[in-house]
Amino acid sequence: MTRRRDRITEALWAYAFIAPLALGLGVFYLWPVLQTAYFSFTEWGAFGGHEWSGTDNYVRLAHDPEVGRALVNTISYTVLGLVSIPLAVVFAALLNRRMRGVGVYRTLFFLPVVTMPVAVAMVWRWLYNGDYGLINYVLSLAGIDGPNWIADPTTALFALVVIGVWSSLGYNLIIFLAGMQAIPAEYYEAAALDGAGPVRQFLRITVPLLSPTAFFVSVVSVIGSLQLFDLVFVIAGSGASARANPAYPRLQTVVALFYDRAFVTNDRGYAAAVVMVLLLIIAALTLTQFRLQRRWVHYA
Amino acid sequence: MRRPSPSRVLLHTVLVAASLAMVAPFLWQIVTSLKSLSEATTVPPTLLPEGRWENYGRVFDLLPFGTQFRNTVIVALARTAGQVLLCSLAAYAFARLRFPGRGVLFGVLLSVLMVPPQLFIIPQYQIMSSLGWLNSLQALIVPGLFSAFGVFLLRQFFLGLPLELEEAARLDGAGPVRIYWSIMLPLARPGLLALAVLVLIWSWNDLFWPLVVNSDPDTMPLSAGLASLQGQFQTDYPVLMAGSLLASLPVIAVFVFLQRQFIQGIAQTGIKG
Repeated sequence: MTRRRDRITEALWAYAFIAPLALGLGVFYLWPVLQTAYFSFTEWGAFGGHEWSGTDNYVRLAHDPEVGRALVNTISYTVLGLVSIPLAVVFAALLNRRMRGVGVYRTLFFLPVVTMPVAVAMVWRWLYNGDYGLINYVLSLAGIDGPNWIADPTTALFALVVIGVWSSLGYNLIIFLAGMQAIPAEYYEAAALDGAGPVRQFLRITVPLLSPTAFFVSVVSVIGSLQLFDLVFVIAGSGASARANPAYPRLQTVVALFYDRAFVTNDRGYAAAVVMVLLLIIAALTLTQFRLQRRWVHYA
Repeated sequence: MRRPSPSRVLLHTVLVAASLAMVAPFLWQIVTSLKSLSEATTVPPTLLPEGRWENYGRVFDLLPFGTQFRNTVIVALARTAGQVLLCSLAAYAFARLRFPGRGVLFGVLLSVLMVPPQLFIIPQYQIMSSLGWLNSLQALIVPGLFSAFGVFLLRQFFLGLPLELEEAARLDGAGPVRIYWSIMLPLARPGLLALAVLVLIWSWNDLFWPLVVNSDPDTMPLSAGLASLQGQFQTDYPVLMAGSLLASLPVIAVFVFLQRQFIQGIAQTGIKG
């Protein structure tokens, strides 16, 4: 009898412990997701009212060239940004040893990860400046006449990718280092006895045993890249000033488009449809990655 | 004395070159922040600036920098304290207490974790607007007090803690509140600290939400304030560099001091936000 009462007391305490958080998550996160899904089927008037419009937003979206461009840009940025993964693996391998200064190197690689993205974007805007930027000055020393990176449609997206890789490298590196430290030292000792050099050990032991980590990092970075906003907002601006930049069609991302529709032109039903599409893309790409992992990920 | 092997020298050369590439933007930011506009726009660029420290003062003329700094600190501390408390309470229940619906509720929590945050924004904005909270610090703080990620991280941490102390306390007649407060929280300090550092940094750096709810410069955090300078004062890069340095320095300092906890938190959960 007392045991049953104990169990009820325990459950009641558990609900009491969870209640404040559950309430907040329900009001500010769970319910909003359902509302956004509903809004994507509505049309918003100038004064905030909205009415059911069926699939109109989705039909409009499918024919909107701006949506198409934003999707192409976002996905290109995401795919090109994956170059950060092999880079991070190489530097993690170089840092995965006992030597002086490892901590310092690790800190330096990690600094961009914690730096405010707005500040990062400002600094890079200045580095990319066509007339006075450091990058073009260095190029001029080699006799190259650098472009106006972020205002030139052919280089703008590439310039964004460089910033993205620079800011995420340290994060990926930390995850890979943790993964490498979990590989038993005996494997390397056995390989060394068999006469395998460091490069062979890296390719035959580290790389395959690291594939679960690489899978994880690729899932996380794809999800993150698909939501790119801060960099674009500072590099390109938004609204009318952004559209004045000839490279803007190459810079606008899905989330930047969402911001513009939801809070600049106040076309919130359409904006909701845009993020619903983003949700579907993220879900589809993540699912595809899980499907493909069988082909290349080795679980020990 | 042992001479370093050639491979060691090569290794350090590669690492020094790479870390130089990583810090070069920061160095150039510092150098530029100490130049006058005319010095910043001379070709070839000067490496040693003339030392225009007044650029840092001018940041305070362009922006209500002091107010925005205070806003950022208040919001970051409130969100951190709130998340650490609310998430640790819920995480303890999920990790240690038995109750009907535990699996389902945790599943719902995980699904919130997987939704891209942009899906919350429009309804959250409407809630803030109907409460009359637009352009207020509450708007920046309140939704950020709750986090599915925080519960997930701390639950994993609690699950890894030994059960013995708790059982001993239970035999002594301690209830869930006592156990949570005087046994779990002290044991979980590294986990709580990891969550705190992560929340502090995300909150400090966040741009999207402040941009949406607070358009009045006096209620903006530094991220939004700084972003508002872009376009307006496009040409005065030295002052922009000084401002962005001032805005990002506190978080860099926190990171350098609490590096170990932060990196552990990331390596364990793999999530940076």
